[in-house]
Amino acid sequence: MSDAPKAPAPAGRAAAKKELPEHLKAYKHVWTFVEQERGQVHPVSWELLGAGRELANKLRVDLAAVVVGEPGEATQAVVREAFCYGADLVYLVADDLLKDYRNESYTKALTDLVNVYKPEILMLGATTLGRDLAGSVATTLLTGLTADCTELDVDAEGSLAATRPTFGGSLLCTIFTLNYRPQMATVRPRVMPMPERVEKPLGRVIEHPLGLVEDDIITKVLSFLPDRDSSKSNLAYADVVVAGGLGLGSPENFQLVRQLASVIGAEYGCSRPLVQKGWVTSDRQIGQTGKTIRPKLYIAAGISGAIQHRVGVEGADYILAINTDKNAPIFDFAHLGVITDAVRLLPALTEAFRKRLSPNQRDRLAS
Amino acid sequence: MIDERFDAIVVGAGMAGNAAALTLARRGLKVLQLERGEYSGSKNVQGAILYSDMLEKLVPDFREDAPLERHLVEQRFWMMDDNSHTGLHYRSDDFNEERPNRYTIIRAQFDKWFSKKVQEAGATVLCETTVTELLQDARGKVIGVRTDRKNGQVAADVVVLAEGVSGLLGTRAGLRDRPPPDKVALAVKEMHFLPSETIEARFNLRGDEGAVIEAVGTISHGMTGMGFIYSNKESISLGIGCLVSDFEKSGETPYGLLEKFKQHPSVRPLIEGSEVKEYSAHLIPEGGYKAVPQLYGDGWVMVGDAAQLNNAIHREGSNLAMTSGRLAAEAIFQVKSRRDPMTKENLALYKKMLDDSFVMKDLKKYKDMPELLHIQSQNFFLTYPQLVSKAMSNFVRVDGTPKAEKEKKTFRSFIQARSWSGLFGDAFKLARAWR
Amino acid sequence: MHIVVCMKQVPDSAQIRVHPVTNTIMRQGVPTIINPYDLFAIEEALRLRQQYGGEVTILTMGPPSAEDSLRKALSFGADRAVLLTDRFFAGADTLATTYALATAIRKIGAEFGPPDIVFTGKQTIDGDTAQVGPGVAKRLGLLQLTYVSHINSVDLENRMIEVERRAEGGVQTLRSKLPCLIAILEGVNEIRIGSLTDALKAARAEVVKWSAQDAGVEDITKCGLRGSPTIVKKVFAPKPRAEKAELLELGEQPGEALIEELFKRRPKLESELEKLSRGY
Ligand SMILES: Cc1cc2nc3c(=O)[nH]c(=O)nc-3n(C[C@H](O)[C@H](O)[C@H](O)COP(=O)(O)OP(=O)(O)OC[C@H]3O[C@@H](n4cnc5c(N)ncnc54)[C@H](O)[C@@H]3O)c2cc1C
Ligand SMILES: Cc1cc2nc3c(=O)[nH]c(=O)nc-3n(C[C@H](O)[C@H](O)[C@H](O)COP(=O)(O)OP(=O)(O)OC[C@H]3O[C@@H](n4cnc5c(N)ncnc54)[C@H](O)[C@@H]3O)c2cc1C
Ligand SMILES: Nc1ncnc2c1ncn2[C@@H]1O[C@H](COP(=O)(O)O)[C@@H](O)[C@H]1O
Repeated sequence: MSDAPKAPAPAGRAAAKKELPEHLKAYKHVWTFVEQERGQVHPVSWELLGAGRELANKLRVDLAAVVVGEPGEATQAVVREAFCYGADLVYLVADDLLKDYRNESYTKALTDLVNVYKPEILMLGATTLGRDLAGSVATTLLTGLTADCTELDVDAEGSLAATRPTFGGSLLCTIFTLNYRPQMATVRPRVMPMPERVEKPLGRVIEHPLGLVEDDIITKVLSFLPDRDSSKSNLAYADVVVAGGLGLGSPENFQLVRQLASVIGAEYGCSRPLVQKGWVTSDRQIGQTGKTIRPKLYIAAGISGAIQHRVGVEGADYILAINTDKNAPIFDFAHLGVITDAVRLLPALTEAFRKRLSPNQRDRLAS
Repeated sequence: MIDERFDAIVVGAGMAGNAAALTLARRGLKVLQLERGEYSGSKNVQGAILYSDMLEKLVPDFREDAPLERHLVEQRFWMMDDNSHTGLHYRSDDFNEERPNRYTIIRAQFDKWFSKKVQEAGATVLCETTVTELLQDARGKVIGVRTDRKNGQVAADVVVLAEGVSGLLGTRAGLRDRPPPDKVALAVKEMHFLPSETIEARFNLRGDEGAVIEAVGTISHGMTGMGFIYSNKESISLGIGCLVSDFEKSGETPYGLLEKFKQHPSVRPLIEGSEVKEYSAHLIPEGGYKAVPQLYGDGWVMVGDAAQLNNAIHREGSNLAMTSGRLAAEAIFQVKSRRDPMTKENLALYKKMLDDSFVMKDLKKYKDMPELLHIQSQNFFLTYPQLVSKAMSNFVRVDGTPKAEKEKKTFRSFIQARSWSGLFGDAFKLARAWR
Repeated sequence: MHIVVCMKQVPDSAQIRVHPVTNTIMRQGVPTIINPYDLFAIEEALRLRQQYGGEVTILTMGPPSAEDSLRKALSFGADRAVLLTDRFFAGADTLATTYALATAIRKIGAEFGPPDIVFTGKQTIDGDTAQVGPGVAKRLGLLQLTYVSHINSVDLENRMIEVERRAEGGVQTLRSKLPCLIAILEGVNEIRIGSLTDALKAARAEVVKWSAQDAGVEDITKCGLRGSPTIVKKVFAPKPRAEKAELLELGEQPGEALIEELFKRRPKLESELEKLSRGY
């Protein structure tokens, strides 16, 4: 919804949920798009299958995974995995032209599938690929698309209720796509929990042709330069995250966060102002406009816990907050809190952990 | 220097600058107004009191579309000590009149509206454009300005300096001295946001009614200063200001004072549960009449805070600013329409008009007040408030002491704190300074 | 070359306040700004103009007050500003927005020459969907290049363009054709300060204002609230966690004490951290 902040629609219209037009009644089942490049599946895809499972159960329909890629073992492996993460069936478009992501070819593949097999709900990850693809698919199909959902549910009439942040994250809104199908939504990585992987046999796979030749596709991929792993933080998927905020007072003090992180083998992150001040690189920002995390333990030092930060960390199993202000909002959602100067506590904590945890720490730090 | 030249350049889009630019443009002059901020008022976050009369002279029907917060029906003066205040409240339904006399405004919004009027009048307004220097010819005549933009020099017949209290340009060009620390106050201010219903309940207001609290006493730790609380629609402007020199002497920090003011038992309940959004510090000229510098010269005039035109006693500034801006513009127009050059002699007309207006008359009336309050600050801002509170407490507390004794006690406490002569002296000086 | 930049005026969300009781927005005095992401699009367009010559047109759909932001865009040095404003556009979601913008861009093409490149920002800070760009591209049949971090070259003769695009886990170098739509990545450049002459021009420029009809909208039902398949049914505040954090008093050895308390409450964590600290 580009025009958010947009007032709730007048009750009259929102209520006016007439019978679904005949030609849309045919739309059934829940689909999730499995995002893969070079056999590498983006974990958000499995998270979406988890969420899709629940929707499908509520609607008593099938859950399908959509796999698009180049023919061959890598893609086949992805298809098999999809079943293990709960798909009832898989729609597959395999073609050499789909080796790299390109908007034209992927949009064609996905819109064709929708037009032929008619899902009622279609979910994609809110990644660079997913956002690029969802936007053009929804426009081609002239249907509604709700971006960056934090919660998905179905209401009594079986319509998709997609909840997302609005007004710069200070509020949430629930959005419906009435009288249009499919109902499309994107969800950011880590917002939904990762479902259990259960070994399953290969199920029903429906193959569909792409129906393009290279010359139909104007955009060419000249090269792909993978990120150097060092430059890429694994923040979103880390089991333990230590983060610091403005309360640390200086870039030097932020080192205390990094030191603790390295001692306990955690990833480090920060609140937005530190990125804006240039103390920390943007890939380390946690929150609404940064990364969403779901670690087993989240340690926040000198972070007030503004709503935009909160939405990024609420998925954590356990939150420990260090803050000098006992009224800081972070204590409203943290589990454990210490009211003290983080700049003093962090080194003590680091030292204590170093002693407590495996001794070979020292060498690792030295090196 | 760009080819295009202007009749007048106005530096600054505050109250004074806008009044000047508006009047000049209405009079058909080719005006360029330059403002440092992102928009007019963006550098002016303070909530303020607007005086209708001076604005009506510029925009008679301003009430139709100006962003006004509340019209004032109640004025409270508080004399505070650390945990009590003695108040004088004046509230009158007469203020609920057809065309109310005073409003609270939020400068950021009001100035923006004001600036729209200036543009509609035909002036060219450039924001995010800082004037870095006055261009002067060999004989010191001001002939234009240099801005911080690429090839940013532009010429004009006259430059109106409405740059506010800092007055950097005027100072750099040697047209005025930087005001000494005992002639300017540093005011710090916060905006506390609350639902309008809450504000109305706490200040006992209906609809668009508003109230103002002005407070002196121990909150300023014996420095010459005062605290203020304005009720806006959905926010409360709250702040405190003291002479810069006092801050320097006492080593107090403005923010520390503000925190203390907010914690005062009489203030805290008013802002409880509010969301603080803006924090701003701003200087206020306090020197009064004696501090007013040379106001005009070859190719330039100085208006508003830049010219120290501020009535500290009544804490009026924007109306002096508006009036001085308007009069300067009128003077320039008259000189121009006589086809005379913008020389010092000719621009003296502005000073004359200002002298005949309330601006100079008021400033003159209080010319001794600033010094008095400053020199005697210990007494006026510390001793007396404490004594008064003690007296009040004595008066209202019922503890079996005979009333006569109470009065003696109060009386004695005054004498002890301040000798007979001292007391009378202060009273006398105060009275005289007021005349 | 003719470049159209889609720019939106947005409320400065940092300043938005929520009514503690009714959870409605307290709009009073919330300033509006140019969507920060769009500044990168504007600057990139101006740089291309410097390099290859041509014109830059800024397009905004929004309320009449959006004229301020357009004027500001002009002061950076843009040649033309078009404001698409009409009550019929109110309450548009991305699909309706892309319809209006696409229609206006066609009209711009007819009036001032067909665009070679349409720029958008990565996303807005209010809508925050990153959908409008792709939508506009689709409706205009433009090639779509999103998350573009660098424009390597534009070949006007052969109508070719080469860009770097931030993809998942790496950077793609793409060659595509003009006309195309580029959603530029943030942080790739820094918006300039226009010269005094630019600023003067901007202050006096006529902002082109189009109603739905002026812009050549044929089907009004495709606009605004009516043209929006998505419906916002309710707006609400996130519910607070049931219980607040348990606050600890740490004694002499705060580090050790804290670890104790932590592991007491989350026994599993100890072994987890053991593993992690060893680096796997
Ligand atoms: C549209 C939008 C999107 C945003 N997206 C994000 C986002 O993705 N992520 C994000 O984080 N923010 C985001 N923000 C910003 C967010 O609103 C807050 O401004 C920000 O999270 C505050 O960062 P902070 O907690 O580090 O700083 P502050 O809010 O200033 O908090 C500092 C805290 O440190 C405490 N403190 C001070 N000294 C010490 C000390 N010595 N020891 C311990 N504690 C101390 C203070 O009590 C205070 O609670 C966004 C804002 C907007 C408007
Ligand atoms: C906290 C506080 C509360 C106040 N309350 C009241 C009140 O209730 N009632 C009242 O009447 N008065 C009040 N005043 C005083 C009043 O605000 C000023 O007297 C009035 O704003 C003076 O207007 P001005 O135009 O002279 O200066 P300003 O309003 O300060 O305007 C100066 C403008 O010039 C711009 N500028 C400065 N230098 C340059 C440059 N080099 N190039 C381009 N632009 C430049 C600035 O950005 C600014 O916008 C208060 C002041 C303060 C600090
Ligand atoms: N109302 C609008 N007018 C002009 N451009 C817009 C508008 N809404 C969105 N855009 C453009 O589309 C981009 C993505 O917006 P969004 O999909 O809302 O995140 C923005 O960066 C703008 O460039």
